Amino acid sequence: MPRDSDPAVAGAPTDRQRLMQVCAQATAAELDRALAALDPLPAVETVRQPEVGLVMLRGRVGGDGQPFNVGEATVTRAVVRLETGEMGFSYLLGRSQEKARAAAIVDALGQNAKFAARLEAALADPVSARVAAERAASEAETAATRVQFFTLVRGED
Amino acid sequence: MYVAVKGGEAAIDAAHALLAKERRGAPDVPEITASQIREQLSLAVARVMSEGSLYDEDLAALAVKQARGDLIEAIFLLRAYRTTLPRFGASAPLDTAAMHIRRRISATFKDLPGGQVLGPTFDYTHRLLDPALAEAAPSVTVATAPGAEREAAPHVTKLLDGQGLIETNPPADPDAPVGDLTREPLEFPAGRDLRLQALARGDEGFLLALGYSTQRGFGRTHPFAGEIRMGELEVSFVPEELGFEVPLGSITLTECEMVNQFKGSADKAPQFTRGYGLAFGHAERKAMSMALVDRALRTEELGGEVTAPAQDEEFVLAHCDNVQATGFVEHLKLPHYVDFQAELVLLRQLREEWVRARDASASGDGKQEAAE
Repeated sequence: MPRDSDPAVAGAPTDRQRLMQVCAQATAAELDRALAALDPLPAVETVRQPEVGLVMLRGRVGGDGQPFNVGEATVTRAVVRLETGEMGFSYLLGRSQEKARAAAIVDALGQNAKFAARLEAALADPVSARVAAERAASEAETAATRVQFFTLVRGED
Repeated sequence: MYVAVKGGEAAIDAAHALLAKERRGAPDVPEITASQIREQLSLAVARVMSEGSLYDEDLAALAVKQARGDLIEAIFLLRAYRTTLPRFGASAPLDTAAMHIRRRISATFKDLPGGQVLGPTFDYTHRLLDPALAEAAPSVTVATAPGAEREAAPHVTKLLDGQGLIETNPPADPDAPVGDLTREPLEFPAGRDLRLQALARGDEGFLLALGYSTQRGFGRTHPFAGEIRMGELEVSFVPEELGFEVPLGSITLTECEMVNQFKGSADKAPQFTRGYGLAFGHAERKAMSMALVDRALRTEELGGEVTAPAQDEEFVLAHCDNVQATGFVEHLKLPHYVDFQAELVLLRQLREEWVRARDASASGDGKQEAAE
């Protein structure tokens, strides 16, 4: 449960959550490219080595009722600290340790005024554009399979 | 009785090497990769993830390859793997109404908000083998309908909900513990949370047969496929050290809402009842079967009498796990030499006694005849 003090409770995701979402959607190559584009970076200290674990995924009875455990998913997490002091965290589906570390660095950089704006152009914009294009293509393909019902004339008035 | 038996190590090593050779098949045929399985046998991957109870497409694909396509063996591999990992926690409950829908049909309402989209389906195919697929098939171009406005697609049951025609799910109590059969052994009667967890990881074939049995009259529930939807959904998790929801990425899910015949009482007008199914990946048969069995298992709760196998909680939940089932069935292959010796001794003794009894009664009869 989110804490009451957390602005995310209000509904709109925070900038930090939005950047984490971008990292979750990004490929390892996109994260690497973004970090390379922001070079030189502050020195990065590893606080917690990337670690693979599980998160139990919860559904809801009937889609909206009491939660139940559906099954687990692999998740990789990492924690880093920049020499400028910011701590970066990441939790991502899958087992890519490189991606988890890169995403933790992005989370830390996003809290640094010097890098936050540049991350938009280097990472958030291209990833969001790619995801939006992929989603639009998928939606267009799905929409073509939409059933258009029509009723046959039944010969009675 | 078990006693230590030594021997067979060399045979086992050789057998495993032979297994690896058989797995590879003819060396002049290119080897399949896990990523090919992930992309091209994605429904096998979905089944292994659901019943292996672990969402990881790459691992499930690897398991399918390692198991030579034996999906229960692949499920076993995934279950074994998950025991090696720590658990960070539980996700925020999934909001399936927010799914990016790739397939969504209803057999109860023709015109529903959000529409009916068939998506990638085997339905309405003619089930004719396609020889063109035997080798690399030409790439497929699909129709698109770009610019179609994405409509909200609320759950179909919400439509009935508004009119009080269907039972509502009791609102979630955030403080109620969520049962987890991977942490505590299953006890009966189990809550619906535990039942759904067991069914979600239960064997598709077993649940299919049980669901079918309810349709044929063994615990009839008069089901309609209220809605089946498949698509992608973002998962989030609140790590303790952060205290806010972290988006983890997207997963594919299939959900089925069955609408079943009525339940009413003196103080409540009759309403439709519901059964629920949810599975990893595109797994429609599984989600439908699960929803049928979920509803059947609610028989007692809904005031019915438990008479059929699909309604019997202990029968269903204790036998739906194919890893447990295969473990107990296949353990019969392991050496039981001592048990069998004991049975042999017992049988020989029984036969000796039988012969003695027969002989005694034969000579007894003889005496009687002589006396007559």
